[in-house]
Amino acid sequence: MYTFPNKLRNFSIVLMVIGFLGLTYGFLTAPSTVDEAMAMVADEHHGEGHTADHGDSHDTTADHHDTHATHDSAAAGQGADHAEHAGEHGEDHHGEHLLHQLQNKPWAALYVAAFFFMMIALGTLAFYAINRAAQAGWSPALFRVMEGITAYLLPGALIVFVILALSGMHLNHLFIWMDPEVVAHDKLIRGKVGFLNVPGFLFRALIYIGGWATYRYFSRKFSLAQDQANDISNHKKNFRISAGFLVFFIVTESMMSWDWVMSIDPHWFSTLFGWYVFASMFVSGITTIALVTIYLKSKGYLEKVNDSHIHDLGKFMFGVSIFWTYLWFSQFMLIWYSNIPEEVTYFITRIEDYNLPFFGMLVMNFIFPLLILMNSDYKRINYFIIMAGIVILLGHYMDVFNMIMPSAVGDQWFIGIAEIGGFSFFFGLFIYVVFKEISKAPLNASGDPLMGESERFHY
Amino acid sequence: MSSNQVIHALYDDDDTLLSAVKSIRDKKHHIEEVYTPFPVHGLDKALGLAETRISIMAFMYGCIGLTVAILMMNYIMIEDWPQNIGGKPSFSYLENMPAFVPIMFEMTVFFAAHLMVITFYLRSKLWPFKQAENPNPLTTDDKFLVEIELHNDEKELKSLLKKTGAIDIKTVKKKEDDE
Repeated sequence: MYTFPNKLRNFSIVLMVIGFLGLTYGFLTAPSTVDEAMAMVADEHHGEGHTADHGDSHDTTADHHDTHATHDSAAAGQGADHAEHAGEHGEDHHGEHLLHQLQNKPWAALYVAAFFFMMIALGTLAFYAINRAAQAGWSPALFRVMEGITAYLLPGALIVFVILALSGMHLNHLFIWMDPEVVAHDKLIRGKVGFLNVPGFLFRALIYIGGWATYRYFSRKFSLAQDQANDISNHKKNFRISAGFLVFFIVTESMMSWDWVMSIDPHWFSTLFGWYVFASMFVSGITTIALVTIYLKSKGYLEKVNDSHIHDLGKFMFGVSIFWTYLWFSQFMLIWYSNIPEEVTYFITRIEDYNLPFFGMLVMNFIFPLLILMNSDYKRINYFIIMAGIVILLGHYMDVFNMIMPSAVGDQWFIGIAEIGGFSFFFGLFIYVVFKEISKAPLNASGDPLMGESERFHY
Repeated sequence: MSSNQVIHALYDDDDTLLSAVKSIRDKKHHIEEVYTPFPVHGLDKALGLAETRISIMAFMYGCIGLTVAILMMNYIMIEDWPQNIGGKPSFSYLENMPAFVPIMFEMTVFFAAHLMVITFYLRSKLWPFKQAENPNPLTTDDKFLVEIELHNDEKELKSLLKKTGAIDIKTVKKKEDDE
């Protein structure tokens, strides 16, 4: 039996407190009037025209024809676009837009971190279900670690749900399609109201979360019951519900990614977005399993886990990183090549305003794991797995950051106190929930009929 | 030197074969060769063979392929005959790189795969129409054969092999023209 050490508990609580303070600071320093927002930007920048495309009531079809346009000319083009609109609405559109972006900033910092850690738990749950449904022989030694990580899914997803509900109550402008003002002036969003409306959105979210949490609850229950059982009926039940869950998961995960991430940019769409988010959560989940396993092993637990298990997790980290890159590139290249204005604006924003995080995450999520984890022997060395794992996890945090921030805060992004605070808060909560759950049951799933095979697993 | 005789022991299961190889080597007998109908996982380690270096070669071949692809595309699409495709005039390799990535990837795989196969053939001294060296055609079906060098210890070795579960044991004179 693992006991949750006080040191780790205190560490997680300190992380949460620091994170909470950071987030509070972010919310308190957000501007409340247009003048304040203008003053903040004037202080920090040199008054350049804003280049972000929020998709508000802009006409996104204008001025994005030339991908190779330099930064200056694109900025000028959008500036002109802007002036036109400001005239149309007869108001200081720029200032108000800026205010919304700066007000969104702490919310977006909160949302990115909340989503990221929820995504880790969900990816782990999918990996766990795949192992159960495939009756994998190598992994039962890791089941209790996976079950521990998935314990974070319900609290994590509920926090995300609360943030979404608060958006629905117009406390922030993360999802501009929730604003009836915007919808009234936007023909494209008006056409999507059948799907993108607040009650439906929240209802769907409850179904996703309910389904995932129900599967997780029963699977954990059967898994623990199997330890005491004389037959393998619990194992069989777990096999059946896992297979069913995977069907439910791939549909709900896809729709979740449209709802919770893609709809932040309601004009833009990508048909493989669900897969893309799935690859991201899958590799993050597997990496977290590897990190937690290595941590527990270093403390003298999990004596049944050997180098070959770590090697297999390393192979998954490597393979799914490549899979993620494949999907990232498939999405990027088609949109880049066809250069259709309403699609390509998504990447123009990211390349112009998010150059470092956008290409930086590609290095962290693809080139680094590719070179580090390519060698078979390195995948058996804990040090390499931990190093690659930390970079992969931070890289996928950046991936979520890149998915959400550009539409939420435009070019006003910064990894500052609020962003680090959000990460730290959810990191602390994640550690707390996960290790508490791990300490609740024996780390060895002794009743699993495949445990013997897992114990002898040798590559 | 002392002997040009070998023993051929036949097995009908890969797990039996693996444990047999381990116990034969424990008794300090020299295994010349093992013939199997399919790759047996862990056999190379059990035989104490030096680790293969083909993965290192694969990496280098892949790098060569990547380089060739970049140079080729740069020459064809940028230097020699730039074309305006989809409103993207090709005057810079870097700016047009996304379009070349599939080719770069394919050439990497192509070079790595083909050169690896050729390397494998060269190292194993295989070429078209080569006579099979395989001593027993059953090893192309479902049996495993271990060839062990004999040094005046026939009896002892045979009883050991019987214990390890060999289904057939034969003493064979090694042909001189083999090597």
